[in-house]
Parts: sequence; C-alpha cells; structure tokens
Amino acid sequence: MSLRIAAAEAAANPLIPHTAELVVGAIAFGLLFMVLRSKVVPMFEKAFTARTEAIQGGIEKAERAQREAAEALSQYTSQLTEARGEAQKICEEARTQGAAIIEDLRAKAQEEAGRITAAAHASIEAERQQAITSLRNEVGTLATELASKIVGEALDDQVRQSRIVDRFLEDLEKSK
Amino acid sequence: MRSLQMTGTGGGFVPPSTADFNLPPIFGHNVYTTKPIFLVILSVVLVSVFFIAASRKAAIVPNKLQFAGESIYAFVRNDLARDVIGHEFMRFVPYLFTLFTFILTNNLFGIVPLLQFPAMSHVSFPYVLAIFTFVIFHAVAIRKKGLMPYLKEIMFMPGVPKPVYILLTPIELATFFVVRPLTLSLRLFANMFAGHLLLLVFILGGDHLLKGVIGLKLISPFAFAFGIGLTFFEFMVQCLQAYIFTLLTALYIAGALADEH
Repeated sequence: MSLRIAAAEAAANPLIPHTAELVVGAIAFGLLFMVLRSKVVPMFEKAFTARTEAIQGGIEKAERAQREAAEALSQYTSQLTEARGEAQKICEEARTQGAAIIEDLRAKAQEEAGRITAAAHASIEAERQQAITSLRNEVGTLATELASKIVGEALDDQVRQSRIVDRFLEDLEKSK
Repeated sequence: MRSLQMTGTGGGFVPPSTADFNLPPIFGHNVYTTKPIFLVILSVVLVSVFFIAASRKAAIVPNKLQFAGESIYAFVRNDLARDVIGHEFMRFVPYLFTLFTFILTNNLFGIVPLLQFPAMSHVSFPYVLAIFTFVIFHAVAIRKKGLMPYLKEIMFMPGVPKPVYILLTPIELATFFVVRPLTLSLRLFANMFAGHLLLLVFILGGDHLLKGVIGLKLISPFAFAFGIGLTFFEFMVQCLQAYIFTLLTALYIAGALADEH
C-alpha cells in the first residue's frame, strides 16, 4: 500500500515537465500570440487612435467655435460703439442744422416782413401822391369853374353870391 | 480515477495528492490527448474568438463586447506595459497581452464548472512561458547593449567595492539566469497546484463525510461551504497570478532596456 502510493508519487512528480505538454504549450501560446498580434492588437490600437482623434477634433472644433464667437462679439461691440457714436454725431448735426434752419427762417421772415412793410409804405405813399394829385386837379378845376361862374355873375350882392355858390354846389351835385 | 481509488481502498478516505494531477490520456495511450492539453487548446480558441469578435469593428463608440475586450487590453497596455516599460512599450504589448490572457484563461479553468482544472497546475506550461520571457528579456538586453556590456553589467554591478564582487557576482548571475525563470514558473505553478489541491481537499472531504456516520454528515456542509468560499478565494489568486507573471515579465523587460539596473 505505502509502496504503491510512493511509486505513484514518484511517477507524478509535479516538477517534472511532460514533453507533450511542453510542445503543445509552446505551439498553443505561439499561435495565440500570432492571432492577437495580427488581428486584435492593431484593431484595438486603431480604435484608440480614432477615439483620441475624435476627442481631439471635438475639442479643436469647440475651441474654434469659441474663438469665432468671441471675435463676433468683439466685432459687434465695436460696431455698436461706432453706431452709437454715429447716432450721436447725427443728432448733433441735426440739432445744429435745425438751429441754422430756424435762424435762416427767422431772418427770411424778418426780411419778408420788412419788405412787406416797405411795400405797404410805398403803396400808401403812392396812393397819397395820387390822391394829392387828383385832389389838386379837382380843386383846380372846381376853383376855376367856380371862379368863372363867379366872374360870370355880379359879385356885389351877398345874396347872389351865396345863391351862385349854392347853385354851383347843386350843379355839382346834379352832375355827379 | 479518484472513484477507483476510493473503491479500491474500501471506503477509507485517501487524501488528494499529487497523483490527482496526473490525468491519464482521454484517447488510448496518446499523451497528446490529456485534459490539460485540451484545456490549453480550448483557451487559445476561446481567447482568439473573444478578442477577434471584440476588436473586429474597432468602433469609436464601442458596444458592450468591444468595451469588455478593450478594458482587458487597455489594462495590459497601459497599466502593465506603458507604466512599467516606458516609451518603448508598444513593441511588447502583443506579447504581454497574450501572456496575460493565456494565463488568466487557463487559471480560470480551475473554477469553471465541468472543466475545473487549472492547466497551469501542470508545470510544463509555466516552464514554457518562463522560457519565452527568459529569452525575450535577455534578447532585448543584448540587442540594446551588446552581449559583453550586458554580461559585464550583470556580473560587475557599478559602484560596488571590488571584494564584494566575490559574493555579488554569483548571486547576480544566478538571479538573471536561474532564479528569475524558475521563480516565475514555479510561483504560477505552485499557486495553481496548491489552490486546486485545497479545493479537492474540501470538496472530496465533504463528499466523504457525507457517506460517514450521522455526526460526520452534519459536518459535511461546512466542508462544502468552505470549498465554495475557497473557490472565490481561488478566483482572486488566479487573476492575481496572471497579473504577477505579466507584471514581472514587463519589469524584466524594463530592466533589460534600462541603462543602469
């Protein structure tokens, strides 16, 4: 019994390698190595590279977008400032122009008023002249007529005289 | 085989021994048809199929399968290869990746129902892997530094008083050419071997107790519970050993690439 166990243990010394296992182990490991090296490792590396690139690309894209946005913002801000300045300038100009126009209009109105006044004066003067002239003519005529009438009658009698005047005036009225 | 032994010894409990690892060929006397050999071949098929399926699309946004495969790959690539080896790491990623997945899968076979045998508990497989690592890290160092400067660097560590070389040179030589490959393979082998033996003890023991008298029957569930607990523990050890083997390989390669060691 103890002999048999001792014999079995000697046969199964676990530190002695078996040729068959050494051969199969080496071939199996070599085969697995070739499969993993040619088929698996390159594919995983490809996936890793693609992933890294995708992430890097995404970051770069985001950075570019951010940069563009910042640029646009600064551009808009500057444009806005510019526009604000422009508006102020336009306002100022308009105010100045308005003042000038008002001044101009006032001057024109004054001038017009002066002109109208002058024209009115001239017209009045002319009318006055005309009236004076026509009055003078009329008075002359009347005086001449009256004188001829008076001369034509006897001028000694007061009553007569007044009658002549009355008649003259009546004639005058009638002739009117 | 175990059941044969049980009946052969008339019901007396035979504790599991190293003989339990000596599995006979499945087909006749062909030594290429043992269970560990089939398991190793199965592991190659499983790992290849899984990772080819996971990496086939190489999509920027991975699906669940690709994510799972990528996580394992990225762990080996970044946490083991890149962090340990440095800027030249990419050359060694395929080897370290193969090493990790191959060892991990074969270790995990130890607790997968129906398979339940860690192929790495057969020392031949750790030997093969240790030889590969041994050859690679020496080849890397010789290519980087040249044969004689490399040997000189190992034998005569700079900055040490001359008499110390009497002690240091043999130790360094032994470290680089014997201890490293030997510890690398034996650590993996012994962990898998001991773990499997431990599971056998508790589960076969529980089974044996169940056949005993009533008092022993009551103890049996505790043995099984312990066996289950140890299975979880084994899972941890299996992952850890795959990690350690790969990490040490990466460290040896890093040492071979470094100017001073």
